[in-house]
Amino acid sequence: MARATPEINGGSLADIAFLLLIFFLVTTTMDVDSGLSRKLPPIMPDDMEKPPDIKERNVFIVLINSKNQLQVEGKLMSINNLREEAKEFIKNPRDLEELPEKKDVEVEFFGVYPVSKQVISLMNDRGTSYETYIAAQNELAAAYNELRDEISMQRFGKKFEALAEEEQEAVKKIYPQRISEAEPRNVGGK
Amino acid sequence: MPGISTASLPDIVFMLLFFFMVSTVMRETELKIRVTVPKATEIKKLEQKSLVSYIYVGEPRRMYQAKYGTEPRIQLNDQFAQLEDVIQFITSEREARDENEVPKMTTSLKVDGKTEMGIVTDIKQELRRCSALKINYSTTKKADKK
Repeated sequence: MARATPEINGGSLADIAFLLLIFFLVTTTMDVDSGLSRKLPPIMPDDMEKPPDIKERNVFIVLINSKNQLQVEGKLMSINNLREEAKEFIKNPRDLEELPEKKDVEVEFFGVYPVSKQVISLMNDRGTSYETYIAAQNELAAAYNELRDEISMQRFGKKFEALAEEEQEAVKKIYPQRISEAEPRNVGGK
Repeated sequence: MPGISTASLPDIVFMLLFFFMVSTVMRETELKIRVTVPKATEIKKLEQKSLVSYIYVGEPRRMYQAKYGTEPRIQLNDQFAQLEDVIQFITSEREARDENEVPKMTTSLKVDGKTEMGIVTDIKQELRRCSALKINYSTTKKADKK
């Protein structure tokens, strides 16, 4: 007694699919999360000994006040010049007296290489705008990245990003990213 | 002239549907504040989204301004929060994850560009206090000047 079952009408399938599509369009987001990754320093216990002072020539001091002005190593500076200045400081290409000292370190792929003992210190006021702060962080990170790219090009003929992991580690040893942020305090009042 | 066959229309729409299902993620929180994150060039993508907790800071949206004012506020999950709630938030985020994944957890700060650093510094201090040291300043990509 087989009866021919009537075909199911597929005409509304498209409508159903559209409905689902619209539901997903509304409830989901596409934005990829990206940003500047940083590591915060752990809190120092009070009874801990103070770390040895770092020589003045090895520190690159960047201050941002509540009016979003930048003071770099005692001079007022525009954010556009920060990158070049930081690169000059980190690399110290002419071994100047007032720029960081260098220490010969054995680095894979490079042999003994004079690595500068640089530290960048970034200090901001409570009134500094977040935008300016991020811009400064970005410029400093850019300085490191450009230097790393430079040396990677010289040694491997490739950009830093394209290097193998061990090679990246070696380059990082030569230009370690040391951006230190001071314990918060008020600079320049409000 | 015969009409165009629409028999393959569902297939096309399904294809679109699958594309969106795969390439997007569910919206998790409803933002009660306005956040326009600053732009930067040296950004990295956040890996492993399931290990990221978000802290939002910004000016409350118009409809919440009567109640919460126009000063930048912190939002955790779906609610406005106080600075003291940050530690609790991080603890509960940790409890929700597997134990050996806790060190890999990152806190993403989605802060409006016009916010003053004071509140951000306070949050960073709170995070240090509960040793959630990996942070990420959320930014969007800016076209390179070069």
